[in-house]
Amino acid sequence: MDNSVPKSSSAHTSDQISSNRVSDWLNRNAGNVFILPSVIIVLLLSIFPLIISAYLAMTRLKFVQGGFDITFVGFKNFEKLLDGSEKRHFRGDLEALAPYQWLVVAVVVALLVYALWRYMRSADYKVGGLIYRAITFGILSWGVYFVMQNLSPEGRPGTVVVTLIYVFIGLFLQYFIGLGLALLTTQNLPGKRIFRVIFLLPMMITPVGIGYTFRMMTDTSKGPFEPFWAVLGLTDFSWVSDPWGARWAVIITDTWQWTPFVFIILLAAIEGLPNELFEAAHVDGASKWQIFWNITLPQIVPVSATVVLIRMIEAFKIIDLPNILTFGGPGTATESLTLHSFFAWRTLDVGGSAAIAYMLMFISLFICISYANLIYQKVVR
Amino acid sequence: MFKSKGLNQPSLAGTILSYVILLFWAFIVLFPLYWLVVTSFKLPFHVNEGPYYIPFVDYQPSGHAWRYVFVDVVGDMIRPYTNTVVVSLASSVLAIIFGGTAAYGLTRFRYRPRQALIWLFIALVAGVIFGSSLGAPLLLLLAVAIAIFFLALRPISKRFPRSVENRDIAFWLISQRILPPVAVVIPIYIMFQQVGLLDTQAALIITYMAVNLPIVVWLMRDYFVNIPLELEESARVDGASPYRVFWSIVLPLATPGLVATFLFVLVFAWNEYLLSLFLSKANAQTMPLLVAAQNATRGPQWWYMSVYILIMIIPVIILAVVLERYISRGLLVGAVKG
Repeated sequence: MDNSVPKSSSAHTSDQISSNRVSDWLNRNAGNVFILPSVIIVLLLSIFPLIISAYLAMTRLKFVQGGFDITFVGFKNFEKLLDGSEKRHFRGDLEALAPYQWLVVAVVVALLVYALWRYMRSADYKVGGLIYRAITFGILSWGVYFVMQNLSPEGRPGTVVVTLIYVFIGLFLQYFIGLGLALLTTQNLPGKRIFRVIFLLPMMITPVGIGYTFRMMTDTSKGPFEPFWAVLGLTDFSWVSDPWGARWAVIITDTWQWTPFVFIILLAAIEGLPNELFEAAHVDGASKWQIFWNITLPQIVPVSATVVLIRMIEAFKIIDLPNILTFGGPGTATESLTLHSFFAWRTLDVGGSAAIAYMLMFISLFICISYANLIYQKVVR
Repeated sequence: MFKSKGLNQPSLAGTILSYVILLFWAFIVLFPLYWLVVTSFKLPFHVNEGPYYIPFVDYQPSGHAWRYVFVDVVGDMIRPYTNTVVVSLASSVLAIIFGGTAAYGLTRFRYRPRQALIWLFIALVAGVIFGSSLGAPLLLLLAVAIAIFFLALRPISKRFPRSVENRDIAFWLISQRILPPVAVVIPIYIMFQQVGLLDTQAALIITYMAVNLPIVVWLMRDYFVNIPLELEESARVDGASPYRVFWSIVLPLATPGLVATFLFVLVFAWNEYLLSLFLSKANAQTMPLLVAAQNATRGPQWWYMSVYILIMIIPVIILAVVLERYISRGLLVGAVKG
């Protein structure tokens, strides 16, 4: 890689000229040399596969001796998910909403309309921005309605809503627990370093191992908390046979694993805040609560937005925990979209698997990009 | 840590409450790990007869599970373990090299790829895939596509000067992380099948590297931005090549960031499950798969499983201790700035 300058000029002149040419060329194009490997890797292993995947999602593929057979079927695989044999599995049972669910939908719609109205009155109002927001909010409202239909008393969540449940409940728990722990360990307490190391551990542990460990933990008859369950008379109860019990088992395990991530990033952010701010506030006689509410919190909002975005991106990919903890069961109650896609792949339904993967990508892209455009950018700037 | 002593000193009640909460969470974190350790020393009937908590008090510990894993069936473990070590180390090193140089390039050079060329490129790729699906020979299509691309290179660059910026390239690279791996893993499977690399370490190394590359670019870009330019500029004035500057000046300054990022990526690669689930069978099987496979037909063998899980997590726990040092010195500052 080094641009070695030729040492003697007596012999091998032609060699030297050509090596000079090469190194000159390399120097002039240094920028490209630095970046091209990554671009090529991403093209080869993300972009091409993505395009091929789009094509596979519209085919039926069979592995045969030494290769595969492909038949183009158009949008059949997607139809199957949205309105065909897989629809109960994928989008769940859609039922009429209970009154309190209508209330939730109404509140969400009201909030979105209010946000739209505020945008129209704000300084950076643009027609394009308004149209973008109107469309996004429309889809979001419909999404909330869809989730509520799934969660209605007679409804049954499909893999889409199960994934959303994991993402949002998990995110909520992880953020607030992580923030709390970060605030506690930035206080001046002896031994806080030890706590920090301990709190960091779960993130490092392989999710497969965590899945099995928590299967032991949640066992009500042989697990460590058996006495506790015995008091409640629940030793015959199995988390894994109750849909919501199983989902909570996954959510709790996921929270156990990923709270550390939120914790370390927020910890670093709080530690990095300039000391003068706190001293000034202290001198002015601000209470602890006031300092937290008016100084710490506003200062860590940008980092919080980043950490939420990262966790959101990663959370949509969840597969290991439900696969190990519950095998997606009971029935399909804990199946995430990635797991659904994997099950389809295992039954050699390659096209169906790719279609599910694509639906997952659309959903996660829509939510992550909406979040990035509407919340993240505003907060981080 | 940097704050003066009196300022962030909680009151007595606050201290006690803080410790109670911290100890409670420490218990939540550590208890499952403790349970793994004690289970690994249990005999099957200790597990099946209900919870025994403390070795020597509740039950007589036995090393049978450890003996089984390390003596009786040690052959089963050697291959997955070496696979995991080789694949995670190699993929992380490669991800750091490629991601690090890309991140450096993005902070020090200006890239101006034409938008029109990118669209042409995508159109050609789609055309090749579509054409080959209609039965046209792939090599011919590729040759035609490449020819069209290079012929159109200059005229299009002149005609449509609109170009994307570094920011866009960085966003594009980092945004690859949003892609659910399951959306790309099937084509990758087919690709490796075609070149005969399926179920090899090489396939896993390449794939892991590709999925971890965006994290490296993201973390290291913010790190390089914070390294002052003056040193590099003066070295450039003295006639050092860009590579020499990168190697002798920037890298030493960036070592802490590189180490932290490397550890981060290494842990991800070490624990990766989905990709090896798709891409490996017997030969390139990694430890997460071996652990997952312990759920045999006789039901989960918790005692063996605990041993396997412990073997997998002990190196990583050591890493966690190392990583914590780096973090508390503010080395993930780049990440924190977002």
